[in-house]
Amino acid sequence: MIVNEALTLSAILFVLGTFGVIVRRNAIIMFLCVEIQLNAVNLAFVAFSRTMGIDGQIFVFFVMTVAAAEAAVGLAIIISVFRHYETVNVNHFNLLKW
Amino acid sequence: MINLLFYVFAAVAIGGALGVVLGRNPVSSLMFMVVTLAAGAGVYVLLEAHFLAAVQVIVYAGAIMVLFLFVIMLLNLGHDYQADLRGGLWAVLAFVVSGAIAGLLAPSFRGTEAGPDVAGISAAAGIDQALADYGAVGVIARPLFTDYVVPFEITGILLLVAIVGAIALAKRTVR
Repeated sequence: MIVNEALTLSAILFVLGTFGVIVRRNAIIMFLCVEIQLNAVNLAFVAFSRTMGIDGQIFVFFVMTVAAAEAAVGLAIIISVFRHYETVNVNHFNLLKW
Repeated sequence: MINLLFYVFAAVAIGGALGVVLGRNPVSSLMFMVVTLAAGAGVYVLLEAHFLAAVQVIVYAGAIMVLFLFVIMLLNLGHDYQADLRGGLWAVLAFVVSGAIAGLLAPSFRGTEAGPDVAGISAAAGIDQALADYGAVGVIARPLFTDYVVPFEITGILLLVAIVGAIALAKRTVR
């Protein structure tokens, strides 16, 4: 059984994703780091399905669908913001700053 | 053997994630992400989630990452070699927040107890039995179309809304 090791890997990937979201300025890379976090949680779900039953794998299926929908809408938002500012650097998105 | 394979996949996944976080070119970050997803699919196979491993490669590494690649190339960001790592307080904040999350997760993941047995067999043995009886797809499909059929249908509506929303957002407004 490699459940505990898989959970540790999932924790490491989640932390790396969090670090990336905070430390990068490129909106697309931040989005990729969110995908790493989603993937880490998927890994935890699959690992727990070894101890808790098949429902964990069903949840991964739904998480993947939501990730696909989120990627489509998020990238559309990035495209429309890029049309406005000609950049994807989040430092330039300062309309709500006071 | 399984342990050795797991550590290989884990090392590749962590290396790929580091490549995504620290890579300077968006396209190479994306390729590192594909590596991470493929290694994750390998770990899924070791955990007996064969269907999810296939879906991970086809949907995640195939479809979603190609969507990202389309957007990077559409916006012409492929030669964007400037380092866009934040420095100073932001880097400190990143270390503090990720360290805090690591500290929160570390003790809870140290020991996992086996869940309750259903009908006298453990969850892992139950999945292995279902894999032998129904095959890799059937083991997911049976609960998906019985216990989880309403969430499954709602997922279809979610995807429809996402398609309409993505087109409405990304379309040039015609005046």
